[in-house]
Amino acid sequence: MWPQLILSGMAIGSMYGLVALGFQMTYAVSNTMNFSQGAVVMVGAVLCYCLNITWGLSAIAAVPITLILCAALGLLIERWIVRPFARNGSQSWLLSTIALGIIAENLVMLTFGKEVRGYPSPLAETPVSILNFGVYPLELVIPVVGLSTALALRLLFTRTLWGKAFQAASENPDTARLLGVPVTWLIALSFSLSTALAGLAGMLIAPIANVSATMGTLLGVKAFATAMIGGLSNPWGVMLAGVLYGVVESVAAGTLGGSYREIVGFIVVIVVLSVRPNGLFGRSQVKKV
Amino acid sequence: MVFEHSQITLFHRRTFLRGMAGLGSAIALSKLTGCQPTTTGDTSGDPVKLGLVAAITGSSALSGESIKRGLEVAIDEINANGGVMGGRPIELVIRDDESTPAKGVAATRELIEREQVAAIFGGLDSPVSLAMLPVIHELETPYMGVWAAATGITRNDFDPNYAFRVSANDNIVDNFLTRYAQQEKGASKIGLVLINNPWGESNQKGFEEWAPKYGLEIVGIEKFNDGDTDISAQLGRLQSGGAETLLLVANAAPGAQMMKSLDRLNWDVPVVSHWGISGGRFPELAGAEASKKVTFVQTYSFFGEQSPVGEKVLAALQEKYQLAGPEDILAPVGTANAYDAMNLMALALDTADSVEGPTLREAFYNLPTYDGLIKTYEQPFTPDNHDALNEDDYILVQWDGDQIVPISS
Repeated sequence: MWPQLILSGMAIGSMYGLVALGFQMTYAVSNTMNFSQGAVVMVGAVLCYCLNITWGLSAIAAVPITLILCAALGLLIERWIVRPFARNGSQSWLLSTIALGIIAENLVMLTFGKEVRGYPSPLAETPVSILNFGVYPLELVIPVVGLSTALALRLLFTRTLWGKAFQAASENPDTARLLGVPVTWLIALSFSLSTALAGLAGMLIAPIANVSATMGTLLGVKAFATAMIGGLSNPWGVMLAGVLYGVVESVAAGTLGGSYREIVGFIVVIVVLSVRPNGLFGRSQVKKV
Repeated sequence: MVFEHSQITLFHRRTFLRGMAGLGSAIALSKLTGCQPTTTGDTSGDPVKLGLVAAITGSSALSGESIKRGLEVAIDEINANGGVMGGRPIELVIRDDESTPAKGVAATRELIEREQVAAIFGGLDSPVSLAMLPVIHELETPYMGVWAAATGITRNDFDPNYAFRVSANDNIVDNFLTRYAQQEKGASKIGLVLINNPWGESNQKGFEEWAPKYGLEIVGIEKFNDGDTDISAQLGRLQSGGAETLLLVANAAPGAQMMKSLDRLNWDVPVVSHWGISGGRFPELAGAEASKKVTFVQTYSFFGEQSPVGEKVLAALQEKYQLAGPEDILAPVGTANAYDAMNLMALALDTADSVEGPTLREAFYNLPTYDGLIKTYEQPFTPDNHDALNEDDYILVQWDGDQIVPISS
């Protein structure tokens, strides 16, 4: 039972991690977040479903097109939903991004419908046996994609000039601008990357969790929780927290029953944050004056 | 400016008196303008309005459409034969509850108070129907359930009880499924897999009541949520406990996840299900092969040999909605229940010869025999029983592709 619970938890946890990376990324660069990340997960899944299943485009074409569309959505969100508020020092971007998520969900209900649709995938058709327990091949692929993405982001932020530019924009945007760092553009790029990650998560989870207008709501909340317990300063930590959270949930549901999945999961969040306010892998920010 | 104490008191008193005067005028106006159903005046030839509150849009939209079709075919027939109450045609007024209790309650009140419907038909969602009950009873208007199966809809605490039903009742279904598991599947140990909501709880009570009566041991009760993607650990516990048959209560999407989890465990166990899995795209979500493995309950099938009434209704459905055959009938259970319920309603209106709620309610206890689609109804309702169908009227079916077909046994 345990290997099954852990593998299953890692798969769903990697989804939380991927979406949480989006929170982490925009926060690191602009101190703002896109609270419609959960809705973008759903938009990614629905777009890919429409392109691939409804309109018959091959998956090889549908996946990159969906990623590009989700990335473009991120640019629009930053420009029209976040920037007008953040520029004035207002925190209203918080409400405006939540509102956008609700609007997106309802728009999808109106256009795509409220019915839950199955997303056929060869990777989620026949389970393979590992230690006498069945898992879908996709459930093995998802953690690999999630952890690789987190690693790639960590390398981007720590080993490249781009990463330094991101850090500079985050720590002191005015000075960074004076030194020629395109701060506004970098912030837009971070939103674009974050929504692309959410879209990727949506596409990955669709064959397992099905496609529906409401599929991203709870996932978005849990992703935010994992971003907090991972520590918003560390992409690797956020991803790891996502995986751990997924495993905790899975073990709770498997051992205590489905009713305990969310109860145990969110108790863990509260306990972790009360013991380590900056998250498991985060560091407290010290601002030198 | 500072108010003296006496001024404040005067202000309050005036406001109160104005409010009371306004309230009195409103009540008087409502009486004059007829905000309550009334039978005064010459109404011969006027249509008798009946309401339908069901999911017309949203995830359960197919259910609303199937109910509407059953009602409309019956209404066409009744009106062609001269209507009810000596020549009054029936007019159906439809409102969409979007599977939301609050919207169902608002629609119910609007239908009764503004549209002055004589009775209301309900839809698929038990929570919506349960929420409608207080308004139904406050406004003394009969409710006729044609799908929602929660035991508490008809077995409620209202006296007099205005809720009637031509559909399944959870408790009776639980009896039926438990008996089937023991007698047909030969099980002595069963496992319950229930959706984690009031519907699941309602059926848990029923299974716990009936299992001992058939000598069945419940080895475990596992609950899961709508969004759960893997419940193989819970199912593994039932497997370890020695469950020989699983009894499932869930809608199509979570039911499909349960079937996928069985696949993960490579556990080939009989699954007997309530009819929740018939309300969505179960074969698409679970896979064609897995969906065939579930036996579930319905009240009617348009496949196979039909009674004369069955042939007549099938022909009418085909003609009115351009259907090729029984395979094109959306959610047959909704259509069949609605057809019979509308005919029983027409008989009640004839018997009562009035659209007054209390008189119409009493008439349901004195209906003549009705040779219906699902069965011949002989005194379908009594003061102690507001469910026209019982376990003898249920049939067992399976998915075959996108069609629901009766099983051979």
